[in-house]
Amino acid sequence: MSGTSDNRTNDAIDSGMTTMVQRHCAYDVQSLRFRYQSKESHTTGWILDDISFQVYEGEVLGVVGPNGSGKTSLLKVLARLMTPQQGHIDLFGQDIASLTQREVACVVGVVPQDSQQLFPFTVVETVLMGRFPHRPRDRWAGGFGWENREDVAIAKQAMVTMDVAHLAQRAVTDLSGGERQRTMIARALAQTPKVLLLDEPTAFLDLQHQVGIGSVLCRLKDERGLTVVFVSHDLNLVSQYCDRLILLDEGRVIRLGYPEEVIESDVLETVYRCRVLVDRHPESGLPRITLPGRRLSGET
Amino acid sequence: MVQPSSYIDTLSDGPSGVAANDGTTLHGAILTRSRLAMTLGILGLTVIAVGLMCLHFGAQPIAYGEILRVFVDTISDKAIDDEVSDLTRTILLQVRLPRLLLGFLVGCSLASVGVALQALLRNPLADPYVLGVSSGAALGAAVGVLIGAGTTFLAETALPACGFAGGLSALVIIYRMAKSYERLPIHSLLLAGVILNAIFSAMIMFITSILEPNRSYGMMAWLMGTLTAPTYGGLVSLVIYLSIGLFLLFSQMRVMNVLALGEEPARSLGVDTEQAKRIIFVLTALVTGAVVSVSGMIGFIGMVVPHAVRLVIGADHRLLLPASALVGGTFLMGADTVARTLISPTEIPVGIITALAGGPFFVYLLLWRKDRLA
Repeated sequence: MSGTSDNRTNDAIDSGMTTMVQRHCAYDVQSLRFRYQSKESHTTGWILDDISFQVYEGEVLGVVGPNGSGKTSLLKVLARLMTPQQGHIDLFGQDIASLTQREVACVVGVVPQDSQQLFPFTVVETVLMGRFPHRPRDRWAGGFGWENREDVAIAKQAMVTMDVAHLAQRAVTDLSGGERQRTMIARALAQTPKVLLLDEPTAFLDLQHQVGIGSVLCRLKDERGLTVVFVSHDLNLVSQYCDRLILLDEGRVIRLGYPEEVIESDVLETVYRCRVLVDRHPESGLPRITLPGRRLSGET
Repeated sequence: MVQPSSYIDTLSDGPSGVAANDGTTLHGAILTRSRLAMTLGILGLTVIAVGLMCLHFGAQPIAYGEILRVFVDTISDKAIDDEVSDLTRTILLQVRLPRLLLGFLVGCSLASVGVALQALLRNPLADPYVLGVSSGAALGAAVGVLIGAGTTFLAETALPACGFAGGLSALVIIYRMAKSYERLPIHSLLLAGVILNAIFSAMIMFITSILEPNRSYGMMAWLMGTLTAPTYGGLVSLVIYLSIGLFLLFSQMRVMNVLALGEEPARSLGVDTEQAKRIIFVLTALVTGAVVSVSGMIGFIGMVVPHAVRLVIGADHRLLLPASALVGGTFLMGADTVARTLISPTEIPVGIITALAGGPFFVYLLLWRKDRLA
């Protein structure tokens, strides 16, 4: 990293902070440290090492970094699926450790990375499960917990938003990877969350649906003020659709800021340990990366 | 910020996406009270019809008219008329009916336990027999017989508790193994079951070999899975035992739906998965222990029945669990009738019938439906 680029970045972040200072935090993460609790990994370092950042209400935040940089772990800690050893996380001003899993589930929707299904639930049944945290425990109703009209309407809307309504009666075991992924996002939307956490939502998707999911996330942000945290390997996708990015490497935050502050060739080359070409997207002007081309024989 | 895209236009007509979809109804796709009542009603009628047929067949067939007459007489407490002989009345009320009810209860319980274990372990082949829970419970009951020196298996009220302890210890071992992996791969789970079965069988064999010959013969017959006509008192205590376990198991139906999605998705939907697992494991062991202590090891009902029911009515546990229970009960009533009558007057242990019906189905799933097992 050169000194000039550092100064420019800091200025940009400072100016960004002054415009954003009015905004409320969806997440406020302070000096977070996490490692897996097992005998073997005590010798290894932290999976997440001293991470602090804020997620503002109504922004799309992209989490990027190489394999094993702690992206998925960060997402699971934010979803309260794993408990950090140090540091604390505030979710809309409340310490996440003081909330129950159900209270978190009413606010935070999670779309996991692997969604291989074994049981032939239909798409609409799967999406309706998103309503689970909103209905009180029904110990004496024989475990039925019937959906009401509102639940069905919300699930319907979530299916329409994710373009799976025509699949409503199909079993999730018979869907293609992309259809299944969209069903899982619809399920998370049916939780009517304020925050959506997605782990590689575009991993199995073709170009049409990659663009579709990016657009839908931005539209949900604009229309409903949804906050989105979005782990992805696809730097070009996050550059186009995320308001800000976090670049992680070995459990540490390397860069945090607007896409043009994070997607810089020298930063990426240090983190990913390979040459990366960065130019501008012809339509949006946002940074775009290209991997090095094949060298013709004879050149070195 | 939003890029213009033709795709987004096809996604919805506007902010309120519901309007675009009002044509598509979800009728039939969602479980409703009426669909539940209709399905369970049909299955209930099937239970009664199959039950009457099972009462009819036997070493000496009893006419349907006579069966109904005896029931009407018994219920209305009328003076006994002479049209039905006392022998027939005794066979029906003291032998066939209690055995039929026992078969129904055992079948219900085994199928329900199978559904619960499959949801919990996210494994469509899970079954108390295959996983070694039944043999754990059988070992517990056998130890109970050995130290309690009870004369009959049903007379011992402590036997279900011994079975519960044995079944629970088998489940704890499986649970520990399942916990050390993210999700226990299907073949590892089956292998674990094979090994547990081998260990428990060896211990049961040891106990059998040190019993006196006449008692060890009784134990062998019981181990193979046999339904013997219980007293009504024994039946009532079994009903109390099972209805507590099954009622609590049924109260977890909605949780089972979410657990079937996987552990982390379930937690992200607000389920305390550790607590839910503990509850379901303990209830499973309770029901299996009670069932095994009265009927021995009747296999494959817990796997075959839920699988077949799921193919027909779908995966929602709120319908799957009660429907599987009824189908399991019907299946075992029928299987026991076959066991009684196939080479009458000699009886075959019903466990042999269910294993012969279920085993090939299991092999079929394992060999040709790998896609369903992932």
